[in-house]
Amino acid sequence: MSDAAIRVEHATRASRIGMTLLALLVVALAAAPLWADRASLRLMGEIFTFVALASLWNLLAGYAGLVSVGQQAYVGFGGYVLFAAAILFGVPPIAAIIVAGALAALLAVPVAALMFRLRGHYFAIGTWVVAEIFRLVAAQIGVLGGGSGVSLPAGVITGIAATRAMREYIIYWLALGLAVLVVGGIVLLLRSRYGLALTAIRDNETAARSNGISVMRIKYLVYVVTAAGTAMTGALIFLTKLRISPDTAFSVNDWTAFVIFITVIGGIGRVEGPLIGTIVFFLLRETLADLGSLYLLMLGAVAIVVMLFAPKGLWGFVADRFGWQAFPLERRLAHKP
Amino acid sequence: MPDALLEADALDVFYGDFQALFGVSLTIAPGEVVAVIGANGAGKSTLLKTFAGQLHPRAGTLRFAGEAVGTLPAFAMVRRGVALVPEGRRLFPSLSVEENLLIGAQAGRPGPWSLQRVFDLFPILAERRRQPSMSLSGGQQQMVAIARALMSNPQLLLCDEISLGLAPIVVKEIYDRLPAITGEGLSLVIVEQDIVQALSAARRVYCLQEGRVALEGDAKSLTREAVSAAYFGV
Amino acid sequence: MQWVNAIVQGVLIGGLYALFAAGLSLIFGVMRLVNIAHGDLIVLASYLALVVVTTLGLDPLTSLVIVVPAMAVIGYALQRLILNRTLGDDLLPPLLVTFGLSVIIQNGLLEWFTADSRKLTAGAIEVQAFQALPGVWIGLLPLLQFAVTIAIIGGLQLLFYRTAFGRAFRATSDDPSVAQLMGLDTRHVFALAMALSLAVVAVAGVFLAVRANFDPAIGPARLIYGFEAVIIGGLGSLWGTLAGGIILGVAQAIGAQIDPGWQVLAGHLVFIAILAVRPQGLFPKVQG
Repeated sequence: MSDAAIRVEHATRASRIGMTLLALLVVALAAAPLWADRASLRLMGEIFTFVALASLWNLLAGYAGLVSVGQQAYVGFGGYVLFAAAILFGVPPIAAIIVAGALAALLAVPVAALMFRLRGHYFAIGTWVVAEIFRLVAAQIGVLGGGSGVSLPAGVITGIAATRAMREYIIYWLALGLAVLVVGGIVLLLRSRYGLALTAIRDNETAARSNGISVMRIKYLVYVVTAAGTAMTGALIFLTKLRISPDTAFSVNDWTAFVIFITVIGGIGRVEGPLIGTIVFFLLRETLADLGSLYLLMLGAVAIVVMLFAPKGLWGFVADRFGWQAFPLERRLAHKP
Repeated sequence: MPDALLEADALDVFYGDFQALFGVSLTIAPGEVVAVIGANGAGKSTLLKTFAGQLHPRAGTLRFAGEAVGTLPAFAMVRRGVALVPEGRRLFPSLSVEENLLIGAQAGRPGPWSLQRVFDLFPILAERRRQPSMSLSGGQQQMVAIARALMSNPQLLLCDEISLGLAPIVVKEIYDRLPAITGEGLSLVIVEQDIVQALSAARRVYCLQEGRVALEGDAKSLTREAVSAAYFGV
Repeated sequence: MQWVNAIVQGVLIGGLYALFAAGLSLIFGVMRLVNIAHGDLIVLASYLALVVVTTLGLDPLTSLVIVVPAMAVIGYALQRLILNRTLGDDLLPPLLVTFGLSVIIQNGLLEWFTADSRKLTAGAIEVQAFQALPGVWIGLLPLLQFAVTIAIIGGLQLLFYRTAFGRAFRATSDDPSVAQLMGLDTRHVFALAMALSLAVVAVAGVFLAVRANFDPAIGPARLIYGFEAVIIGGLGSLWGTLAGGIILGVAQAIGAQIDPGWQVLAGHLVFIAILAVRPQGLFPKVQG
């Protein structure tokens, strides 16, 4: 048997079914303005932004081992770039989302250079300091309202589309598009040669390093890509909120605590995890929202219990039991027919 | 007082899913010196780690001084009188020589060994007592590791590859001290890849091969052929 | 004189930051654990002192007699029941679990005590001050707190390098599996280290409560100040941590002197500058 008779297969039967279902789901969701009311559209839009944030954090922490508790830095940065671009330079909001991503990527390069000097766990707190610096600097920018924040002028909003309904549709599609882009991009990244290296780093960093994988370069890449994606999501989030202030833009609870709990509960280090986690998170929130701070407290407790007793999360629990995978990420050797 | 100080019966030991020992049975009498020999990966270190409580048998029984100890953690084994000199010496780098020795006495067992007694055994350590442990030569570090284990006043001392990486003259110096150690009545298990060294020091020998006992007997009565057959499995 | 005064006050508040940092670097030293809930535990100690002061009518400084042992017990139990399960080669579990704890403590305090700002009053000592230089007044309470910080750091130094207790900590830090071979139950040693860390946290929490207003949300910032003091001073050196705390305090005081909005930011910028030019910190532990 020659080497040529063997090829690498990614897909399994389960993942083929999973991909087909997902594709149908995306089509159905894209058509949501036809079948959903406005409140549902708004809720789904919010869900998509959390899918994006959680998937990005999962890539960062679950695959590259960069446990950041400071991603709110990029959420807030993206939001502020959108507001600054729209208010100060008259950039259309949709273009400003892309500008936010590009600027965040540029900013992430020196930030990563500094943060990667912190050993192991201290990296986490370092990222938090960066987010605090961003917040304090934002509070110093007078033209954007300083500490009390600023609203998006009406002209910018009406510039998106003339009717309110159309604006809401466009923002909904942007959120859906961003979530698909982020999750799809992560799947493609993991299927590339970087993905093999990332999986190796996730499973055993020392072994990956001794196999000649440039762990540092891949971590840089992931950090910068994640920063860009997070900032774009942040820009979109604050486009829907129409108002930004340093405390909401750089909130550790909203943009990091929730995101970490979503990922841990769903299953860290797996692409499906953040998707499952987001659904669970919103189901809980819709039923327990009245509890206020108790809700966060319970979420924290659930995340700790999951981390201690089912560290692969809900999806890991299911996937291990039934051998499921929704995305064609596995590599297995198969004979060519 | 039971006849055997340590009694292992049909031990199966695993590292995760990998089985390293298969039904190993072995006894050590009080005051006895036993050598465990075998090729690389035969399971010698695994056996010592099991005796010391670092690994736990999945099947079989392990008794020490008549008590079933197969599930006890390492710190509890030291308190009962089993001390391990780990492979590679494993001194505490941020502790001085003397501190390394004092930490050996942490288990708080009474007995003949004290700082003064181990300094008598290895006088060079008294000279170097204030130095950082890693500034010593390999042979001196090995002396610290042995002395550190003695400080717990064990009934059973387990030595894992104490000659590894040392010059022959240093190895001889260390092995020359063993009678002074066993003179105090403790039992000694020596794991070595160097068969000649092990056979010269021990009264009885066990030879492991791929996780099983391939041969056991008196060190004096074993023939070279029998040992090499058990060692290499030819 | 305004500037001299700012620097003197900065040094004094820096002592408090060093106290935040000491507990943090202690557990990092022994078990390589970074406790993200550290700042929230400081605030928890402040609230514990509040409860003790209001229910027993004790003076805040006297409340230490209850708060310190109580926090030590909490620390021991926390380590034994939860954190010991997270230790291993993987960095994720301890970080995520302590992050979860941080959120739980913050929201628990919020639920129990509301978001209102609190402060403990220490009575007469609070307003006593003496003039060190013309125009430079030093409060008795900040001075006492600074002296206590020095005593605690000196005490920890002695404990670590001169006692059997400290020897066991250092050995466990070097090699936990061989420490077990010496008869040390590492789960117990780790729990003792956490108990000690939270005892220091308790002192920090009480001083925090008498020096400034506190509410359930201020924990993370205390964690960050402590962390910055550790990194500026250099890992593994307790006196370096004291110096790091003082530098941070002085930087904040100078920042505040320039513009009140720059107080905290100036401290962060000094931290970033140190990380950029001297990532090992100003006074790293001398090896060997």
